[in-house]
Amino acid sequence: MSSQPEYLSRLLDEIVKEEREIALMEVCGTHTMAIAKSGLRALLPHNLKLLSGPGCPVCVTAQGDIDAVIELAQKPGVIMVTFGDMMRVPGTTSSLQEARSQGADIRVAYSPLDALAIAQRNPDKEVVFLGIGFETTAPAVAICADQARVQGLSNFSVFSLHKVVPPALEVIFSMPDMKIDGLICPGHVSVVIGLEPYIKLVEEYHRPCVVTGFETQDILEGIYMLIKQIRQGEAKAEIQYQRVVKSAGNPVAQQILEEVFQPSDARWRGIGNIPESGLEFRPEYQAFDARKRFNIADREDIPIKGCACGEVLTGKITPQDCALFGRACTPLKPIGPCMVSHEGACAAYYRYSPPTPSKKG
Amino acid sequence: MDSRVLMAHGSGGLMSQQLVDEVFRSIWSNQYLDAALDGAQMTLPPGKVAMSTDSFVITPIFFPGGDIGKLSICGTVNDLVACGAKPMYMSVGLIVEEGFLLSDLRKIAESMAKTAAEAGIQIVTGDTKVVERGSADGIFINTTGIGVINEGTEYTPQQIKAGDYIIATGNIGDHGLSILAQREGLQFSTPVISDCAPMYQLGEALLGFPGGVRCMRDPTRGGLATVLNELAQQSGLGMLVKEKSIPVSSVVKGACDMLGMDPLYMANEGKMVVVVGPDCIEEIMLKIKTVSNCHNAAIIGQVAEEPAGMVLIETELGAQRILGMLEGEHLPRIC
Repeated sequence: MSSQPEYLSRLLDEIVKEEREIALMEVCGTHTMAIAKSGLRALLPHNLKLLSGPGCPVCVTAQGDIDAVIELAQKPGVIMVTFGDMMRVPGTTSSLQEARSQGADIRVAYSPLDALAIAQRNPDKEVVFLGIGFETTAPAVAICADQARVQGLSNFSVFSLHKVVPPALEVIFSMPDMKIDGLICPGHVSVVIGLEPYIKLVEEYHRPCVVTGFETQDILEGIYMLIKQIRQGEAKAEIQYQRVVKSAGNPVAQQILEEVFQPSDARWRGIGNIPESGLEFRPEYQAFDARKRFNIADREDIPIKGCACGEVLTGKITPQDCALFGRACTPLKPIGPCMVSHEGACAAYYRYSPPTPSKKG
Repeated sequence: MDSRVLMAHGSGGLMSQQLVDEVFRSIWSNQYLDAALDGAQMTLPPGKVAMSTDSFVITPIFFPGGDIGKLSICGTVNDLVACGAKPMYMSVGLIVEEGFLLSDLRKIAESMAKTAAEAGIQIVTGDTKVVERGSADGIFINTTGIGVINEGTEYTPQQIKAGDYIIATGNIGDHGLSILAQREGLQFSTPVISDCAPMYQLGEALLGFPGGVRCMRDPTRGGLATVLNELAQQSGLGMLVKEKSIPVSSVVKGACDMLGMDPLYMANEGKMVVVVGPDCIEEIMLKIKTVSNCHNAAIIGQVAEEPAGMVLIETELGAQRILGMLEGEHLPRIC
């Protein structure tokens, strides 16, 4: 058996051999970050392109939604609980970080269960959890809402900005100028949803999809599986990340999602409204819907001048093609969300860019 | 009921005196402190003196592997060691929140005494203030230390030359992860213990190589990546490190992957980055590995002329990328 470094370099050799023009999209932000950290892009020839997709939940959160969240966080008596990534995302004029410095009670948590505990400890406050994330994070939030209902916790609610991945991929595949030959699909999301949604996608759009893990070896294997399909003129949905993902996904998680949430329209930054791509509470759980509880109106998205996050998220351009990248927009002073999030494509390119000139390719 | 610190303990009157006598003077006792003058009066050996100050505001105050007291001694001692100095004397300033448990205060003072004795530094002067409940988070500590630098020793980034080796004296990221885990109630199959320790033994071990050691720095806040960037900028040289050579425990690596954090940016409190000339690298590595908390020391990279002022890391794929400074707060990701 060959050692891991040897195996990696053999895989890489096989990939680099490819001479066709191929563009693959890594849908998920965790992949974007892992690819950037591994320095893989610099080792690929010019004809092989890896484009970032809409799979960073922070990045696709609409600006108007951030504005609405900030408005809610500033209401007296409200404790807003959020994942850390959301703190710095700019809305139209402010961010949660700025709102906190002005006195809003905003707390960073690692799990929605923390928000539930905060609600129990602060019965005289309204505790709102900012629900961000795809099929990976949404089940835990659904469980919290369910627990809150069982416990009769009346001061807990969720501002759901949850989204599901497949409808956004359909939108990208339907774009007239779409140049993507295959998808590196997010392993974590498929732990929940399985392979089924990708089988449908492949049938309709005839582009190979491979559910891939996050280690360098996983990513190389996923890319190789895609290239092999493309070479053979095939389009199948496959799983590289077999040690974790089952074809059927996780039926228990799917069931709790189904019980608590129903599909709704959702706004994606840079893409716009996508029908059935969001998750809102079912009528039985409406008491936990923060938008309804506090009567928060939808806010308009005012486009940020020059920000090309939308094009980046749909794989039309790479971050360096944006006029603001690295100049007006840096991780210290981000203008678009792709520069804020740990998993944003712009942040990944900015942080982990190869030294210039790059070694190869 | 446990007694607690009262505002009156900071009044400067009888109760202040009682607190100082019963807690600090009795635990830290030495000839300079016992003299009870307005300022400590000592004689320093001839030579250059190093002085460093640091403030400690950590939550939680007690954590696996240490507490704020131990940390406050280690932080300043390690800064002195990084200057090539033998730590000698120290001042301690405490800001205590009203209502703080006296038993905890005593525990912290004892921990400071023990760590100071280990590191061979004496607490010669101190100050305590009590602030109203809500004005501080339990206890804040400032320590300032003085040490004497051996003749011929000059650890500065300006000494660094292309071709020098970069050493990390042990596993990276343990302190940062331990604190995060404790703060957020995260549990791992193997508990993560902070590496908090005074590095005086390392300092002594390296005294025999005055020209060989170019520079030393402790990678506390901002972690290894930040220290490497500082060294690159201050020396005007490039730092080239290899990902696979950097010692990181599997627990820290796994937990960081899960939380979306990077061990290279996590704080360390008992580690040093040492830059060493090529002539005595082998001897120095052998020597470092004999020091009790440095068995895992590793050569993580080398200094080069280019790219000037930058740090490059070679990934496991053999690609190079820039290892930049930390921007803003190190926040966890969400999925």
